[in-house]
Amino acid sequence: MLKLDIFLSALANGLMTGAVYALVALGLTLVYGVLHIINFAHGATLTAAMFAVFVMHSVFKVDPYLAIFILTPLFFGLGYAVQRFVIGPASHGDDSNILLVTLGLSIIIENALLAGFRSDTRSIDVPYGFSVVEVGNLFLSTPKLVAFAASFLVALLLWLLLARTDTGKAIRAVAREKTGAALSGIDVDHIYAVTFGLGAACLAIAACLLMPTFLVNPRIGNAFVLVAFTIVVLGGMGSILGALVGGLIIGVVESLSGLYFGESLGQIGIFLIFILVLLFRPTGLFGAKA
Amino acid sequence: MTTLNRRTILQGAAATGALIAAPSLVRAQAPAIKVGILQPVTGALAQDGEYGRLGAEIALNEINAAGGIKSMGGARLQMVFGDARSNPEGGTAEVERMQAEGVAAIVGGFASPIVLAASQAASRYDIPYICDVGVSDQIVGRGLKNTFRFGPGFGNVTSTALENLVKLNDAAGKPAKTVVIVHEDGLFGSGMAKLLQTQLPPRGFEILETIAHPTPSRDMSNVALRIRALNPDLVIPSSYYAEFVLLARTMQQQRIRPKGVYAILNGAASNFRFVKEFSDAANLVMDCNHWADPRKPKTAQVKALAEQGGRFWLYNTPLNYSCVRLLADALEKAGSADRAKLTEAITNSTFADHIMPYGPTKFVNGQNQGAAPVNTQVQNGDIKVIFPTEFADAKAVFPAV
Repeated sequence: MLKLDIFLSALANGLMTGAVYALVALGLTLVYGVLHIINFAHGATLTAAMFAVFVMHSVFKVDPYLAIFILTPLFFGLGYAVQRFVIGPASHGDDSNILLVTLGLSIIIENALLAGFRSDTRSIDVPYGFSVVEVGNLFLSTPKLVAFAASFLVALLLWLLLARTDTGKAIRAVAREKTGAALSGIDVDHIYAVTFGLGAACLAIAACLLMPTFLVNPRIGNAFVLVAFTIVVLGGMGSILGALVGGLIIGVVESLSGLYFGESLGQIGIFLIFILVLLFRPTGLFGAKA
Repeated sequence: MTTLNRRTILQGAAATGALIAAPSLVRAQAPAIKVGILQPVTGALAQDGEYGRLGAEIALNEINAAGGIKSMGGARLQMVFGDARSNPEGGTAEVERMQAEGVAAIVGGFASPIVLAASQAASRYDIPYICDVGVSDQIVGRGLKNTFRFGPGFGNVTSTALENLVKLNDAAGKPAKTVVIVHEDGLFGSGMAKLLQTQLPPRGFEILETIAHPTPSRDMSNVALRIRALNPDLVIPSSYYAEFVLLARTMQQQRIRPKGVYAILNGAASNFRFVKEFSDAANLVMDCNHWADPRKPKTAQVKALAEQGGRFWLYNTPLNYSCVRLLADALEKAGSADRAKLTEAITNSTFADHIMPYGPTKFVNGQNQGAAPVNTQVQNGDIKVIFPTEFADAKAVFPAV
């Protein structure tokens, strides 16, 4: 049996990683909740954002945490434009078309990155990459702690946006009843694009928080998207609280199974949960009845 | 006003004659000999490939500056470079291209899977292939007549490493009893782990656990935590550069200090980049690996050339330098770039002017018999030789804590 502080360290690692997973899942669940589509380009967008952080750091010498304030609006704008001018017009209002368009987008983005950056795995080296915060017997990685706190902050801001602002009200209205919202004067296309933009902005923040301790290659997004899908299913489709709690659970499960079953088998726990949730609670922990 | 006289005309004629004759002078020089240099310079192994290429370049420049291959009328060596892209398919594709360009021989490959595939592809055209680093015993165990390995193989390195580990431990009063093996889960790391699992217990070491990790991996927290929980006397890592650096830094972050970190064929522990960039994490790490002979004056010259432009001194450079020099010597002896004659000349080679601690080359079934690894230890920002004692320039610091 492993000692308690080892278990606690792995638990803390899991919670910190899980918070970033939650952030990736937030974007996915938001887009699903409003547009009722699965955005297959989610992983590729995350990869693009991570490469953006990499370029910002290695070419323009911008610290990844500072890059949050540049890349978040940039990716919001990109997401908005892609939904408004590509996905929207190309789908002709048919959900299955949207699926195909986002799938096509993911292939284009991934291969553009592959052409531009080749298949090399890259990482950035920041001076605080390995600094720690001591909590009793635990040495917690500072960048992971920052990512943990920032993810909660973003989730809180997103919740405030949805609950307290007019845009948030409009997003919720469109999610509930598209035609009704349009009849009461809400620009549905605009709201769709805003939602998509918010999803992309979440990814930009996640990318900035990840890069100090993570690597990037043109296929890295896929690893996150599988985890994000599991989180969304676990937490309940379209639920922000669900994404947050689901992310933390998955992070802890991954970390602990990595510790007990070894690095190569670490992900097995995630997919066991995925299957169990689908079998016994298909609507997820916080999902509404389908 | 100038008048044309006989002398001016003669001078003009001579000059014109010289001009016309000049191209034929160039033509009279022996045609260049194409040498294939194969290294992974993109992908996960790009760093190693770059330093291998550097060594080959230094050797080629040196040979050409000294007048080329004299037995072939001063023929110059021309590099045909191929990027193996860190995988076997990339390696074989480049061998095909080198064949199309008509190379006399191929040097390099770096990783065992690349060397295995590339040397096999080269054997179909009877191109002599000199392996620089790849240690897999299969490389020279397949009966390929074209394949030679200048450096030591896996079996040789590991038995030397174990012998020296026992010596080290005995000399310190046997402080190390328990071991954790950390290895990458590919051909190289898994093979090493399997061997260590059978070889360490008879030598009095208890293996607490064997931890595998994928390449590339960017998080070593769980590996480090397991080590912390098991609290072994000795950690034996077999990983490539990035993963070992990550492990060493995570161990430092988590304040894990075993009595020794004893690497075998590790990508980082005998790499000056690691030592310079993360000197605290690297300090006192030991390695059994390829290393240039510090006694030979030529070593310092090549090192100085390699370090120009802020580059680091890695074993890839002296190994590739020596392999290219070995090839040039064989060309000199063969007096021909004919592949069969060249293969014959390498087989019978007794080349001694290299910078590895090996003695004259002697190939048996493609393996250089004198090849041997060296034990090094990182000590205060420098890499010191601790074994063999004949040319060790420092005493091992063990146990480290």
